[in-house]
Amino acid sequence: MNRLRFWTLVPARALNFLFFLVPMGIVVLYSLMTRGPYGGQAPPFNLDNYVRLADPLYLTILLRSFWIAGISTFFAMLLGFPLALFIANSGKSRSMYLNLVMLPFWTSFLVRTYAWMFLLRDTGLINSGLMALGVIREPLPMLYNDAAVVLGLVYGYLPFMVLPIYSTLEKLDPSLLEAAADLGATPWVSLWRVTVPLALPGIVAGSILVFIPCLGAYLTPDLLGGGKSVMIGNVVQNQFTTARDWPFGASLSLVLTGLVMVLLWLFVRKGGDKYL
Amino acid sequence: MPPVLELRSVSKHFPTHVAVRDVSLTIDRGKLFALLGPSGCGKTTTLRMVAGFEIPTSGQVLLNGSDIAPLPPYERNVTTVFQNYALFPHLTAKQNIEFGLRRKGAPDLDQKVAQVLDLVQMKGKEERKPARLSGGEKQRIALARALVLEPDVLLLDEPLSALDPKLRKQVRSELKALQRRVGITFIIVTHDQEEAMMLADEVALMHKGVIAQLGTPEDIYLRPANRFVANFLGAVNWLGEFGVRPEAIRITRDLLPTGDRCRPASVETVMFLGNSFHVQAKLSDGRSVVTEVSRLEKPFAPAERVRVWWNQEDEIHLPPESA
Repeated sequence: MNRLRFWTLVPARALNFLFFLVPMGIVVLYSLMTRGPYGGQAPPFNLDNYVRLADPLYLTILLRSFWIAGISTFFAMLLGFPLALFIANSGKSRSMYLNLVMLPFWTSFLVRTYAWMFLLRDTGLINSGLMALGVIREPLPMLYNDAAVVLGLVYGYLPFMVLPIYSTLEKLDPSLLEAAADLGATPWVSLWRVTVPLALPGIVAGSILVFIPCLGAYLTPDLLGGGKSVMIGNVVQNQFTTARDWPFGASLSLVLTGLVMVLLWLFVRKGGDKYL
Repeated sequence: MPPVLELRSVSKHFPTHVAVRDVSLTIDRGKLFALLGPSGCGKTTTLRMVAGFEIPTSGQVLLNGSDIAPLPPYERNVTTVFQNYALFPHLTAKQNIEFGLRRKGAPDLDQKVAQVLDLVQMKGKEERKPARLSGGEKQRIALARALVLEPDVLLLDEPLSALDPKLRKQVRSELKALQRRVGITFIIVTHDQEEAMMLADEVALMHKGVIAQLGTPEDIYLRPANRFVANFLGAVNWLGEFGVRPEAIRITRDLLPTGDRCRPASVETVMFLGNSFHVQAKLSDGRSVVTEVSRLEKPFAPAERVRVWWNQEDEIHLPPESA
């Protein structure tokens, strides 16, 4: 039995080693090297890259990224919870609505982000529509700002919030809501005192699933923020492309990974994993 | 003073079927009332209309004389003990009990909770979450949660079905004692005729969405309105136009003079049930009758020649059910 267990786990272990541990090791290695004269990486090995990170500039960008990711997670929660609740209460139409939630994944994220630009820009669908209707005279500045970035992130990661919340709501025993009403709770009170607390595992899981990719996002801030709204992902991207400083980019991304891991560890230590 | 609860021609239609058809009944204050019947007879739907989880298609539900049929559950002074207890898993036993009191903004919260915990003998376990309570303990907390609001009517949906048989009998007598003590009107839904007869002051036996018979346990057991009622409440030996219950048929080795109510028979099978025997005997006309025989009597053996006899007052005269 144990032998079978060992051999059936071999493919998973091999995949994990080849496509996770090895690349991670390469990144760690690069982060300890120096930028070559024509880009790339070269010896000597030292901690210079990590010392450079102490620059307040990067700290500011990091804090901004946390802020934007946090706000986006909050809005995703605000939108995702009612949507998940609606789907969980839709009876036979549940699977249709779930498919609609996943539908955007059929198209490239890049294409969908361009679609948002087409909607939001000064000559875009919304602004030209409103101007044609005479509601506004000047186009509203909807693109190339933080709000546009948050909008793009919320849009992009909403399904990751909806699905875990839906899965907890779907398992919610309907007799608990009847019991709440029976004991005098109005629908709002019962939502707040019974549904939300019992959906907390899904809300927490969804928030982690949204917050982490938002924190490392680079495509959305690049396109919808127009370079004016920089997040840490853009800095990493720049180091690997324009700046051609792979070792520094590697150290930046490792620090980001490390921070997320520390946060998750603190969350589990504080007993937060009981919600998962 | 009007009765605490009255149903007037209540019906409930679902898209696929009619669950309750023109049900009328009156329940007096302080009584323990049982809605009895096989699954799908409409008893649970009737209970849910009293609780407010279902709105009747037609008819009135009068609580203390005023129609509550259109009111949502949270606006009725009626509480429910659910079949699966429906305790809030994220709250402790105490918080579960406090839930309703807090919604009402009731004063003396702690005192009321302590009293009701005492009543259901659950002192000392109030800080536990439902997951750490046994089935019987969960039931007590569910009962306490419903009782603490001092409802006009307390509804219990199959309250004993989730307990194991031994515990069920114990809780059954406790439940009755508790109802007598608090004096609140209880309506209990059950499919177990023994439970209904032992617990209730009055029983409504439902069948296919209508009340087949309404009366005291003695009434409906001894004077059933039709063969469905007679058969549901216990075994009956049907002998043409009338029937006799097994415990009312005597069996003897004495060669009594035969007649209409004393017939020769031969023993077919003997079943030992612990406290008694069920002896099945074949009459000369080919019909079989089952009789209940005390364990203290000398056991009968198959093929033994016997007499079976009964008294006229134990005959249940009912025409056969028309198909």
